[in-house]
Amino acid sequence: MADRHLLEIKDLVTTFRSDGKEFNAIEGVNLHVDRGEIVGIVGESGSGKSVTMLSSLQLIASPGRVAGGEVYLEGINENLLSFDSDSEQMRQVRGGRISMIFQEPMTSLNPVLTVGYQIQENILLHKDVTPEEAKKRTIEAMKMVNIPDAETRFDYYPQQFSGGMRQRIMIAMAMAPGPDILIADEATTALDVTTQAQLLEMIRDIAKKTNTAVIMVTHNLGLVARYAERIYVMYGGHIMEASGCKEIFHNTKHPYTRALLRAIPRLDDPKDRILIPIDGLPPVPSQRPPYCPFYARCEYRCDACKENTDYSLREVGPDHWSSCILTQAQLDEKAEELSHKDYGASPERRQNSEYCLKVRNVRKYFPVYKGMLRKKVGEVKAIEDINFDLRQGETLGVVGESGCGKTTLARCIMRMYEPDEGEIIFGGRDIAHFKDKELKPVRPKVSMIFQDPFSSLDPRQSAGSIVGESLLIHHLTEGGSDYERRVDELFRKVGMDPAMKDRVAHEFSGGQRQRIGIARALSSNPDLIICDEPISALDVSIQAQIINLLEDIQAELGISYIFIAHDLAVVKHISDRILVMYLGRVMEIAPCDELYEHPLHPYTQALLSAIPVADPVVEEQREAVPIQGEVPSILKRPSGCPFHNRCPRATDRCRQETPQLRDIAGNHQVACHLV
Amino acid sequence: MSQANVTADSQAAKAVLKANKAKKRRQFLRALFSRKIVLVSAAIVMIIILVAVFAYQIMPFDPNKPSVRERNQGPSEAHLLGTDEFGRDVLSRIIIGSRVSLIVGVLAVIIACIIGTSLGMVAGFFGGVVDDVISRIAEAIRVIPQVVLAIALCAVFGGGVVNMSIILGISNMTVYIRMMRSQVMSIKERDFIMAGRLQGNSNLRLMLHHILPNSVSPIIVTMTQQIGGTILAEAGLSFLGLGISTPTASWGTLVSGGRAYLLTNPVYSLAPGFCIALLVICLNSLGDGVRDALDPRLRGEL
Amino acid sequence: MARYIFQRLGQTLLVLLIVSFLTYLLVDFLPGDPIAAMTGGEISGETYERLYYEMNMDKPVLVRYLLWLKDAVTGNLGMSASYHRKVADIIGERVPVTIYLSLLAFIISVPLGILFGIISAVKRGSASDTAVTLTANICCCLPQFWLGILFMYVFAMKLGWLPSSGFVWPHEDFVMSLRQTIMPVLCLAIGGIASITRQTRSSMLEVIRQDYIRTARSKGLKSKKVIYVHALKNALLPVITLMGLRLGGLVGGSVFVENVFVIPGMGSLLVNAITSVDIPLIQGCVLLIAVFSCVINLITDIVYVYVDPRIKMA
Repeated sequence: MADRHLLEIKDLVTTFRSDGKEFNAIEGVNLHVDRGEIVGIVGESGSGKSVTMLSSLQLIASPGRVAGGEVYLEGINENLLSFDSDSEQMRQVRGGRISMIFQEPMTSLNPVLTVGYQIQENILLHKDVTPEEAKKRTIEAMKMVNIPDAETRFDYYPQQFSGGMRQRIMIAMAMAPGPDILIADEATTALDVTTQAQLLEMIRDIAKKTNTAVIMVTHNLGLVARYAERIYVMYGGHIMEASGCKEIFHNTKHPYTRALLRAIPRLDDPKDRILIPIDGLPPVPSQRPPYCPFYARCEYRCDACKENTDYSLREVGPDHWSSCILTQAQLDEKAEELSHKDYGASPERRQNSEYCLKVRNVRKYFPVYKGMLRKKVGEVKAIEDINFDLRQGETLGVVGESGCGKTTLARCIMRMYEPDEGEIIFGGRDIAHFKDKELKPVRPKVSMIFQDPFSSLDPRQSAGSIVGESLLIHHLTEGGSDYERRVDELFRKVGMDPAMKDRVAHEFSGGQRQRIGIARALSSNPDLIICDEPISALDVSIQAQIINLLEDIQAELGISYIFIAHDLAVVKHISDRILVMYLGRVMEIAPCDELYEHPLHPYTQALLSAIPVADPVVEEQREAVPIQGEVPSILKRPSGCPFHNRCPRATDRCRQETPQLRDIAGNHQVACHLV
Repeated sequence: MSQANVTADSQAAKAVLKANKAKKRRQFLRALFSRKIVLVSAAIVMIIILVAVFAYQIMPFDPNKPSVRERNQGPSEAHLLGTDEFGRDVLSRIIIGSRVSLIVGVLAVIIACIIGTSLGMVAGFFGGVVDDVISRIAEAIRVIPQVVLAIALCAVFGGGVVNMSIILGISNMTVYIRMMRSQVMSIKERDFIMAGRLQGNSNLRLMLHHILPNSVSPIIVTMTQQIGGTILAEAGLSFLGLGISTPTASWGTLVSGGRAYLLTNPVYSLAPGFCIALLVICLNSLGDGVRDALDPRLRGEL
Repeated sequence: MARYIFQRLGQTLLVLLIVSFLTYLLVDFLPGDPIAAMTGGEISGETYERLYYEMNMDKPVLVRYLLWLKDAVTGNLGMSASYHRKVADIIGERVPVTIYLSLLAFIISVPLGILFGIISAVKRGSASDTAVTLTANICCCLPQFWLGILFMYVFAMKLGWLPSSGFVWPHEDFVMSLRQTIMPVLCLAIGGIASITRQTRSSMLEVIRQDYIRTARSKGLKSKKVIYVHALKNALLPVITLMGLRLGGLVGGSVFVENVFVIPGMGSLLVNAITSVDIPLIQGCVLLIAVFSCVINLITDIVYVYVDPRIKMA
């Protein structure tokens, strides 16, 4: 009987059934949580981190099933898994002692019940109080998570709140009965970075105040570096490494964790850092080998690994556990060997002084129609006063949160939209108001790489015809064998075997699909490629492969990129200059290092501060820049500087007068009155 | 990788691809027939189709040959289901009547599908005024109960197999318009359509090459789900005397014809009705089976 | 909210306008000479000419439509050729019968359908689920006219429990009325019960998969409470739409049931009108049925607004 820990999970096994076969989603997970600590569980999708948490609460839905293991909670002398899922004991634990918040705030609250009812229900379930008292506590809980006008909002329905607000309500609901443990399962992944930072900060404060333990389940190494005290790293249904936060990042033992840290870009990276991708793909759960699941992708692997089927955690240092069977000496030796391995230098950019693209005063509003007769009742001011230049072979990063207009901007440059006003000078001509016919010769010169590799490839077409389509449409091939040759060449260029060109999209993994998307973008020999969040849908271990591929292609072909993303670390890694947007306006444009070291606009400062660096030591030294509220809806853009209502330094001038983009130093432009 | 290797690999890859396709087909069939109900339904539908095809070989009597001496007989050894008011063999008339049901059912569904799918695709693709006009008209047609609409159309077109198919096709097309419109609107938002546009595809090519192939599953599902109802509607109209008229035998007219002789030979009216019910039930459960097999998310749900 | 209802009202009127035009157009395409059909063909050339102008046959179709619409709005649907009475009067006699039967069927089918649907969704995979689902799948495909004849044969002819046909109002002869309405109402209700069962079941199963159900379970709620408080309210929303459709469908079904049981309602009237090519009567019937369906749709939408908080916000 272990009651040293608040929560202890032992040898947990959960199986899933699919196509008549049963396989283990997690195999023998051991972990523990102590009172008041913040524990991070990191892993890629499919690593089993959410399954572990749901299993321990017996919330796994069919076709999943907890197949073995024990779960102990302080004060209960029996294995929680021995209770029936719907039993009184289990239900008192769920919500009462261990609460959970989920990833999707938009769908996790019941749409036909008021938020007040949903929070109150949780209190009544676990606390012996009158409904009046529960209502009072509900309102207190809502105030605790900073929901203004909690009394009135008690009777609101979830859909009357924004995503960030709904997640606050979820937190209020989870914390209201005073649980011992709060599980946050990717709780902030779907939110804007500034909102994410606010919410996690708030969770930490509340947890520390009430001595509640928090289990943060996430794929984001930066978040655990900033918030977690202890970390479990999961991969392929197993815990790979477990230790204190600083140990994990600075005395990394397991080859998987090591590989992961070498693969992710960091905000504080030097310009020439090379990302070392992890080859291959994570194993499919149903085809996991009996030996270490990371074996196939591991740079440290040796024959002994394959023979060993017991890879449970072993202590490798003071409170440091790893599942790797290699000894410290073997690891050191191999690391030494690897440090001499040539991963190639950071590809050199061949920037040209010629301009590829000039955007001048571009504005795009969308009319809002209402009623049967489609009367125009207003406008969505998607983007306005957009000005920037892009040189040949240069990469411009565009960052901003939801509603900032980065997608509209991309579509205006692609000429999917016709801007209401302004000039888009591409290839020496203003294409802003070209008609369809005039656009036809321009189209092949601008390509796009999309965010979601699952929706960007036609599911009914073969990979080959997806890549080759524009060759045919724009008559870029002589047809026949020349066409086949060109398609094969494009496949090779993106690191894929041309033999795969007959397959259809869903037969590829996410990373491969994104490669096909890149091949398609390259097929028409473009001068400019717009990359719209090209890696954000991919697993961390795959992202580096795609980033490196894009960089190599640019070095080879001298194409210009506009790289749109919300992840500043990735943007900073790949871009030469960064353009920061907020609610349809450009806030700041500066070269990468300049922007990171001397951000001038308060919004840029807040944005940078909100993004965690995957290094707890660096995190401790960083200064938090406060930011108020959430990104307002684009329909309610404040007058004057769009950022003034969230800016800690806003003055009356900011509220009335919209600041224009001004040159500050050489290459640095900012739109702020205070600079 | 050497050249020889690549060729070998590409042959291997082609073999894998072929195997994959076959595997997918097997998976679909296994999913489809995993439930006994679907298997039984498919078998019954198959039998009815065979009966319709080989009607002349199977029928014991000429379905249209009257016989004064054998009028209104109950079931006997010679006439298993008895005879009608003209002394014609009811069983033979039921057998030949299966043709009308199947032909009208299939034809009407095809007509409805072609008209409805194209209108729905245009409405969903272009949106705006085009969508408004098509959707409003579709809505107006939809508010009239299908039977009433079909009855009204009967008055204009008149009966007969071809006219019935057209009537039922028109009165059924709104289902396809709605389905296709929403289908296109959701596909249109996906990035590969944007990619297609950027590559310079024309609207027509986008619709035919990218949107239509991706709508095949829902179209097939809708068709299989509609065919039962269509057959039911045809039988209903024939029953009312508005659809297929005598002397052509159809199940609906047989039910109606036998009504007056319920006391002497109840089988005359009840047996063809049973056939309609059986065929429609089997077609619908087959339709449900196809839907579940094509949409893995719903597999095993209904 | 008032604005939403107002807007829906406008849409309904527009749809009705289109329906009425389509109806008029449709009947205008009828083969044969309407005047000959109206009078039976045995009239002098003089009378023919007089009628020709009286019926505005010389004017373009749009003008005739507008004239007809003007009359129709004021309740004047013209004279029936086959009954030689005002169309409005005939319909006025027939409508209450159909509505009475349809409403009875509706009132029976909604609670039963929802009940069966919940039972089979909650006990998914069990024997009772299989039984309910199978029965529902069969019942929603049974042809109503055949079902009517089957009932008539079994209950009226073989067992002699019920009268085989006819209709009287309850206030005229309560017992007789009750005995006469059992079979037709049952015929009308069976399909409704089956389809509401199916819809309730599938929408329950759909809702149970949602994230907010997981949230509710993670709070430690009992499974029963999760189902009846959190799932049911969401699951019944699509059922409301179906109920509206069913009520419209019942009017269609009444065509067969009234035909089988010889009941003087709208359904049998429409069939008579078609067989005797009575143009004003056809127009009147179709228009009225369309108006009825539109009103049902409108009511469904308004009910929806009250039940579904999501629309209230929009």
